[in-house]
Amino acid sequence: MPILWLFLIVAAISAVGYVLGRSRALQSAGGDIRGLHSLPNFYGANVALKTVVPAFGLLILWLLVQPLYINSQVSGMIPDTAIKDGSSRSLVMAEVRRTAAGLEAAVAQGQLPEQVARNANADIATVTQGLKDAGQVVTSEITQPILNAAQSYIGMNATGHSVMSIAVILLALAGAAISWWQTHAEYRARNVVEQGVRLLLFAAASIAILTTVGIVLSLVFNTWEFFKLYPATDFFFGTTWSPSFSGRGGSSQLGIIPLLWGTFYISIVALLVAVPIGLFAAIYLSEYASPRVRAVAKPLLEILAGIPTIVYGLFALLTVGPLLLGVFGDSGLGWMKAGTAVMTAGLVMGIMLIPFVSSLSDDIINAVPQAMRDGSYGLGATQSETIRQVVLPAALPGIVGAILLAASRAIGETMIVVLGAGAAARLSLNPFEAMTTVTAKIVSQLTGDADFASPEALVAFALGMTLFILTLGLNVFALYIVRKYREQYE
Amino acid sequence: MTDASMQTPETGRHSVSLTASDERTRKRAKAEKRFRMYGIIAIATGLFFLLVLFASILKEGIPAFTRTVVSVDFTLTEQQREAAEGELFKTKAYANLFIAALKNELDERDLEAEVDNAAIERLLGKVGGTIREFYSQNPGKLGEPIEFDLAASSRVDGYFKGRVSRDTLQDSRFLQLSDLDLVDALTEAGIIKQAFNWPFITGADSGVDNPGGAGIGASVVGSFFMMLVVLGLSLPIGVAASIYLEEFAPQNKFTDLIEVNISNLAAVPSIVFGILGLAVFIQFMHLPQSAPLVGGLVLTLMTLPTIIISTRASLKAVPPSIRDAALGVGASKMQAVFHHVLPLAAPGILTGTIIGLAQALGETAPLLLIGMVGFVARGYPDGFIAGFTEPNSAMPAQIYTWAARADVGFYEKAWGGIIILLMFLLTMNIIAIILRRRFERRW
Repeated sequence: MPILWLFLIVAAISAVGYVLGRSRALQSAGGDIRGLHSLPNFYGANVALKTVVPAFGLLILWLLVQPLYINSQVSGMIPDTAIKDGSSRSLVMAEVRRTAAGLEAAVAQGQLPEQVARNANADIATVTQGLKDAGQVVTSEITQPILNAAQSYIGMNATGHSVMSIAVILLALAGAAISWWQTHAEYRARNVVEQGVRLLLFAAASIAILTTVGIVLSLVFNTWEFFKLYPATDFFFGTTWSPSFSGRGGSSQLGIIPLLWGTFYISIVALLVAVPIGLFAAIYLSEYASPRVRAVAKPLLEILAGIPTIVYGLFALLTVGPLLLGVFGDSGLGWMKAGTAVMTAGLVMGIMLIPFVSSLSDDIINAVPQAMRDGSYGLGATQSETIRQVVLPAALPGIVGAILLAASRAIGETMIVVLGAGAAARLSLNPFEAMTTVTAKIVSQLTGDADFASPEALVAFALGMTLFILTLGLNVFALYIVRKYREQYE
Repeated sequence: MTDASMQTPETGRHSVSLTASDERTRKRAKAEKRFRMYGIIAIATGLFFLLVLFASILKEGIPAFTRTVVSVDFTLTEQQREAAEGELFKTKAYANLFIAALKNELDERDLEAEVDNAAIERLLGKVGGTIREFYSQNPGKLGEPIEFDLAASSRVDGYFKGRVSRDTLQDSRFLQLSDLDLVDALTEAGIIKQAFNWPFITGADSGVDNPGGAGIGASVVGSFFMMLVVLGLSLPIGVAASIYLEEFAPQNKFTDLIEVNISNLAAVPSIVFGILGLAVFIQFMHLPQSAPLVGGLVLTLMTLPTIIISTRASLKAVPPSIRDAALGVGASKMQAVFHHVLPLAAPGILTGTIIGLAQALGETAPLLLIGMVGFVARGYPDGFIAGFTEPNSAMPAQIYTWAARADVGFYEKAWGGIIILLMFLLTMNIIAIILRRRFERRW
């Protein structure tokens, strides 16, 4: 693993630089610490920082850029004739990468002599046999262009890596040498180091922005690709969802309406479970419960929020589903055909959301000033009348915000619907039928074997975009309501 | 006030005693009681759900920790081995020797049962091969009595756990009704026993047709490597970002943008992070699919907002007098923060980090998108570096894989896996609580 070694080498250079820089500063002050501008450690840190930061920066940049560059170079080498009908350049490139990895592994295992693996005119059959002997997965016959592309892929990768190692080490050495050269008693090491650390802190804080940019870009680009292959109006207004994985023809119907309907239906069922229970629990805990009851019940309810969603998914699939089927299924009322249904997923999701609603509402109800309650009691209202007519109206914007946040959680929830809601996309009003959601379809479209360039896989990004905008909108709206209608009590 | 008293001059004015409650008061009192009951019912319902959840986890999951083994005392002499090796069907010869030993044990206890080769194969799989392999690896054990603990097939296991019963069993090549008589006889003889299922905890995933051999160990290792990545990246980055925002950031638009971004990222559905990981780390950067490294990177981005929010809270909790005192004795701003504020905030930061890690440990949806399902994690990674880059599963992804398989035998494994996962989460949360209790300072 050369990159790990590179890390260690750079770290070693910076450690040496630290010691050298520190001693050079001390020396230049004649060994008297009072002659220095900064503490001696700052001089060391100055050298170490200037060694590590540029070197690692270059390393990361290189690792990002090199695959892109090599890909575009190699992909340019493949003639159009080598791309079969029904295939695409990206598919062929995937084949090239697989072959390259296979070649390297086969050589490493000794199943294939290195000269053969390197030889551009090598016998294809020999190479394929060598790959198979080494237990490498080769999908089909390797063709001459693919072999050549794979060989130059390997070659360019190797060259790139060695050039990168040299460049990084040289940069580290240069940084160490220059900063060591700069070091003398008058050098304002503390200011420089602190400025550098501050920049690093700033870079760390900017990662949040980078993440958002990454999310938006990856969604937008792929969604754009999708709309080039599939008309946007059919996607947004189509009422049928039936992707076909068989051919790359236009036989898929990818309308989002049934998925949105399933998402909303399940979320509504979940909120119908979570909001009454959560709200009444919050009211009881904040207004009626003794401190002892509160100290026990509140953490217990919050356990529900800490349980991973996969657990709820399994609970829906294996416990709640069969239970509901026993009551509403053919042996009971006859409304339900299978354990996976809107009701199953909605009920379990509701259980998951109880603590969201209750904790948030609890905080908000607690924030209503006691004076308002006392005023109401003074007029002769009972406790429940006070809550209904004074406390809840005062807390209402916050509670609505909490419910909206819970709704956004419900819309974005994945594991419960993947396991509990079924896979059939349909527009129906019966809550005991299986329906599917946006999130569940994102999972099923991207975990299949479809290739990334087909509309059947790209549709997942359009679905993700819809989901992202929906949840973001709900969150922003929730914050807006809370801010706008918040009562100011001071 | 005067209006109210004027509108209701007559009703209820006369003949009302202060000691006896009238209709309206009783109604109000009833409404009060009702309202209170709603609250109690709501809490009781919530706790009831919690109880049902844990009860079903324990009820369904605990059987995964026991397995059915057949333990037979077996001695193979040098001559027997040579004779067996000389035959055409070597493993069959070993199996015959084993069956003879089994019959012997049954006879000693005066129990009657049909034992034939096919039945043994249905019960125990290829016994002969196992025995042959054992002796070819340990030739020194020849002639000594050895106790063989052989795992019973998953259907026999199901018979003991109630998944398979005599009424529902249909004869198939996996198990026949007559085999159950043999199983009962062997149980009576104490040859078939229930044992603790170590292979479940230490083993790797098995193929889709062998639920009995599936273990969660390899995916625990996968999760561990993923958590290393998350810890190694999200703790320093999160702390650095919080220090910047809390201590150094100027009041400007860019700072506002960062803050808005962080609070929005905290509410983005986890699956969207999976899409990000797929598009950026796998499509764009060509990092290896299904690797804990990629999983860790995705989970890092997901956990960062949580860690930043909790770290900022604990930085905020350090009183300004500490900073002022440090600045007063000549420390720079940076020194004040790193030498005084940060150490005081460390317990809070640590607690927040552990809770963020626990969240990341249980997260499944993003892992599905970067390819951590759909393949069988057959073994442990070869080394430390390989642990990050080789395809592996993670605990929640493994549980999902089992839950999605057709064989019902895997459901038990999925529940068992959940118990292990919850035990990890519980431990992490307890550590967080202890840290908070011990080191939290109130100013």
